[in-house]
Amino acid sequence: MVTIKEFPKEEYLLKGHAACAGCGPSIALRLLFKALGNKVIMVVPACCTTVIQGPYPYTSFAVPLQNMLFEATGATCSGIAAALKIRGLEDITVVGWAGDGGTVDIGLQALSGAAERETNFIYICYDNEAYGNTGLQRSGATPYGAWTTTTPTGKKERKKDMPLIMAAHKIPYVATACPSYPVDFVNKLRKAKEIKGTKYIHVLAPCPTGWRYDTSKTVEIGRLAVHTGIWALYEIEYGRFRLNPPSDRLIDKSKRKPVREYLAMQDRFRHLTEADIEKIQQWVDMDWEYYRKLASSECSDLTLHGKI
Amino acid sequence: MAVPKARRDMPLTPISYPTFGSMGKTGSWRTFRPIIDYSKCTKCTLCWVYCPDVAITRREDDSPEIDYEYCKGCGICANECPVKAITMQREEE
Amino acid sequence: MAQIIIDTANHIAGYAAKAARVRVVAAYPITPQTTVVEKIAEFVESGEMDAEYIRVESEHSAMAACIGAAAAGVRTFTATSAHGLALMHEALHWASGSRLPIVMAVVNRAMGAPWSIWPDFSDSLSQRDTGWIQFYCADNQEVFDTIIQAYRICEDERVFLPAMVCLEGFILSHTYMPVKIHDQEEIDAFLPPYRSGWILDVNNPFSHANLVSPEWYMEFRYMIQEAMENAKQLIPEIDKEYGRRFGLQYGGLIDKYKCENADLIICTMGTMGSEAKIAVDNLRKEGLKVGAARIRVYRPFPVEEIRNIAEEASIIATIDRHISFGMEGFLASEIKASLYHMEDKPLLAGFIAGLGGRDVTFKTIEEIAKKSLKWMKAGRVEKETVWVDLRE
Repeated sequence: MVTIKEFPKEEYLLKGHAACAGCGPSIALRLLFKALGNKVIMVVPACCTTVIQGPYPYTSFAVPLQNMLFEATGATCSGIAAALKIRGLEDITVVGWAGDGGTVDIGLQALSGAAERETNFIYICYDNEAYGNTGLQRSGATPYGAWTTTTPTGKKERKKDMPLIMAAHKIPYVATACPSYPVDFVNKLRKAKEIKGTKYIHVLAPCPTGWRYDTSKTVEIGRLAVHTGIWALYEIEYGRFRLNPPSDRLIDKSKRKPVREYLAMQDRFRHLTEADIEKIQQWVDMDWEYYRKLASSECSDLTLHGKI
Repeated sequence: MAVPKARRDMPLTPISYPTFGSMGKTGSWRTFRPIIDYSKCTKCTLCWVYCPDVAITRREDDSPEIDYEYCKGCGICANECPVKAITMQREEE
Repeated sequence: MAQIIIDTANHIAGYAAKAARVRVVAAYPITPQTTVVEKIAEFVESGEMDAEYIRVESEHSAMAACIGAAAAGVRTFTATSAHGLALMHEALHWASGSRLPIVMAVVNRAMGAPWSIWPDFSDSLSQRDTGWIQFYCADNQEVFDTIIQAYRICEDERVFLPAMVCLEGFILSHTYMPVKIHDQEEIDAFLPPYRSGWILDVNNPFSHANLVSPEWYMEFRYMIQEAMENAKQLIPEIDKEYGRRFGLQYGGLIDKYKCENADLIICTMGTMGSEAKIAVDNLRKEGLKVGAARIRVYRPFPVEEIRNIAEEASIIATIDRHISFGMEGFLASEIKASLYHMEDKPLLAGFIAGLGGRDVTFKTIEEIAKKSLKWMKAGRVEKETVWVDLRE
């Protein structure tokens, strides 16, 4: 377990990049490099990070970075990993870094294929719950009720549960994270780096531009997402599910804050009715009942598939 | 990294090299300026770790230093400072 | 030691990938391409080929994986057909825009709807403007030799572009022919280890292909056009060198047959070129001055060579195994465009034939030739585009 003070001072995301003020994904990017250093090759599909780099002939990234087609991150990483294996350069970590649209929607097939092929790489979905780069259209990761430009009266469907979809691929490591919990995220990345095979980390990355809140609240909102249980921090290592702090203390509903507190901070939820809020609360409670079962000793001993 | 002017100096495909300020001096985006009261700072480094703009550097003694050339003024540092050592002040016109 | 084997063009494409020392293959099965990748899977699993074989879940991913592997510094190969190629379309642009020397076998198959598994060129010709070099082969030996040549051309620093080597489904893909597999040492001497214009390298970090503003974009496009022009110069040179080394060559951009003093030149692509040679021999026996030109390289298009051929001809007949709906066959259009600035240009008659695998034999071509010669004598082409063997 590291502490923040032990994080290296080196920065491989360079200042003067093009992200919006208060950008949650940018915090996650910095943490990525704190955890992995610069011996990485990144694949970035169309997403906010395309823009964050800044335009040719400059970039704000001090690691090799391949920009790639929207839906092709998984497959491109398979190609890079194969080439590195052939060249005997397997100490380089291949990182797919994609937004939620590029992961849960258009990139799902290539990611699923890469995972099934056991491609040796870390795939990170930084999830700001909408197509941010194109001006905030709804994605499969947009939560119920949220305003986006294509759901002007709020999304009518629920968020796709991508981490558990990836867990169903029986890959050795799946985790969730949030930049509000830097030590947790960095530990997960370091663990993922040491595991061979496909590692998937889903990062809830608050977006002031899309979620309609003051830019100073990014970290606070991420924290509230965790404390209300809207977002649970967990990892699934070789099939074993484990809640991580502080989520591991939130199984008891009384320990969780009401989801209302999280929703009220964001103007994208401003139009929600009492019935909507109640429904969201019930769904969150049901999710937690499921997490409780997954974390129970009976369930957690069920499978260590990756190690057999 | 010099910017190519002529076609013959360009790479055959867009190769972009790491540069501070790939989007320029982003400090000009700022409307509120974070000011650190060093007498209150406990050197916890939280402002450093949470800065999305890499605009806070960590000095040798772990105290933070804001690079106003690039700080976009989001205010996360002020919001997260556990001892309220950072305040946001409106930029002068 | 060189050896003669008797095998299908698809298997031969696999032999060529092995002989080219391809290190990463990413492919997805589609009829009639499948036996290419089955052969390669066999080579990789038996250890005969030192390569990683990525069994991707789609053709789009096949090309994406090739792009990733080529960018990470190894020689790549894939193969596809028809709808697989169409699914790759976006990635084809990305490969050429990235200037990665990927080589792909395209086993030509007609596009649906309706389903067809039989050959025509509508799949690869629809990819005309993707910035890929396009070769079209007439027999199995040419498939082997062209794949080897393609790597040498694509990896030349004056080019650094990807190439597709096209062969017609079933007519070549599943037809057994004797093929000379050249000595590996001689192939290695002809084809040096993988070279590309750039490589993902942790010791030299950069972002590739990030946002390019209007201030720069046109220059990058111009450089691709320049590379195509360079390829046009290089392909005949490489073909000649190949001929010197291996005793086999294909005429560079155009495989010309008895074009000297010909009144009529029959322009074809692919296997129709072989049938056209038989037709030319038969017609010459009848005293008719006919020649054949098989366009071997469609991109870059051999404009200057077309003009040279056209100098002495009175009429050109193009046979397109393809139709650009609402216009005519691409070959007809491209040749007309090539001739535009000639002062004394020949007539041109366009024929659409062989779509969806309908046979185009030497007899079909003889009929086309006779009709064209009639129009030549009349001094005008009666019908600009004729659909051959079409039901009334």
